[in-house]
Amino acid sequence: MLKPEIAIVGGGPAGLSAALSAVRQGAEVMLMDRDPALGGQLVKQTHMFFGSKKEYAAVRGIDIPGQLLAALEEEGADRFKPYTSTTVLGYYEDGVILADKEEQALLIEPQKVIVATGAAEKMLPFPGNDLPGVYGAGAVQTLMNVYGIKPGSRVLMVGAGNIGLIVSYQLMQAGVEVAAIIEGAPRIGGYLVHATKVRRAGIPILTSHTIKEAYGKESVEGALICNLDENWCAVPGSEQDMPVDVICLAVGLIPQTELLWQAGCEQKYIPELGGYVPRRNEKMQTSLPHIYVAGDVACIEEAGSAMVEGKIAGLFAAAELGYDEKVEERYKSYIHELEELRAGPTGAKIRQGLSRLNGGAEIC
Amino acid sequence: MRIEDHPIINFKRGKPVTFYFDGQTIAAYEGETIAAALHAAGVRVLSYSHNRKRPRGFFCAIGNCSSCLMKVNGAYNVRICVTPVREGDRVEIQEGRGDIIAKA
Repeated sequence: MLKPEIAIVGGGPAGLSAALSAVRQGAEVMLMDRDPALGGQLVKQTHMFFGSKKEYAAVRGIDIPGQLLAALEEEGADRFKPYTSTTVLGYYEDGVILADKEEQALLIEPQKVIVATGAAEKMLPFPGNDLPGVYGAGAVQTLMNVYGIKPGSRVLMVGAGNIGLIVSYQLMQAGVEVAAIIEGAPRIGGYLVHATKVRRAGIPILTSHTIKEAYGKESVEGALICNLDENWCAVPGSEQDMPVDVICLAVGLIPQTELLWQAGCEQKYIPELGGYVPRRNEKMQTSLPHIYVAGDVACIEEAGSAMVEGKIAGLFAAAELGYDEKVEERYKSYIHELEELRAGPTGAKIRQGLSRLNGGAEIC
Repeated sequence: MRIEDHPIINFKRGKPVTFYFDGQTIAAYEGETIAAALHAAGVRVLSYSHNRKRPRGFFCAIGNCSSCLMKVNGAYNVRICVTPVREGDRVEIQEGRGDIIAKA
């Protein structure tokens, strides 16, 4: 049985930042990730980040894990125990975590747990959505940005949020044609700066459009798209045929909360935050006091805020163990960073979701 | 198809390896997953659905969705999107749900 002071599940931006924050306080941290390399989905984010300087604005996502790991090395390499290629399989009532590390079973009984398992991509229902060639936007990024392989030759992007816009631009950089970006809503969801960039490159963004059907024999050969009216109903006769060999779905993410369900954390359905999310206080502590959360598992947002949430979770998990140096001061600066990241109209949805999570008016 | 020229990424490919997919010999690089290597070789159909035999490819590429399960070196239900390719691997389209006990 391994008995680390703090076990962190997930080595993406939130988990790595939590580790750094806890190690800085003086705690001993075991960090598990199912991938052979740490960094989570940052490994495919080739674009530069926005937001706060402290959260790596103007740094490319792919370069962030290296910087965090270097900081961990500096703060206390002896207190940081990374377990890569390690998949957490279960969390038991007695507080024991079961994990698989390259076919070896590990039993872990930590004093505190930080769950930073991130999110999974959403699917969209339409005939033919099971054909090879219908890929999640993350899969397209993995193929082209991690392995340097083109997903196809002509892509229909579904979803004009930030992911849809950014991945479209990355497809162009990889030399792949993007036939169009379609968006069911009447408005582009992502930042205008990304939208302008792809439009300038000649990619049409069709709002109030959806995919009606994907067709093809053994894999995608094309898609039928159509217009949506103000009630999100297909406009008869508006179908257009788009010959494409890839349909890329960028229709949102859903928090990967399975471990939290297993552990028995209280959760609430908050659509603005991505679905079921754990109730947590300002310390990122769930309804079970020894379990903390950070990043997309707590609320679908951006890597910047995931990293700050990680810092908060790591700070308090360590503080509860007695490593409480400068807790107030650090917390104040982190909360200020989060407020900045969530300020303005782009953060309105998140602010509303968080207020509902903390007992605001129930709509659903 | 592999990307040769990229404005911001310099792809460092590993040592060349070869593996077998349903009798064909396929060239790949160490460090690639089986799914990436098959895709680069133009293989998009990885299995067929159990009841209606509809073709299946991968979807998530990070080991979440189980859309890419194949038989690798005799073992069933291998998530090829997160399994690194190795020299001499024998990759096959899996028939049915497979045996949970791996056969060497």
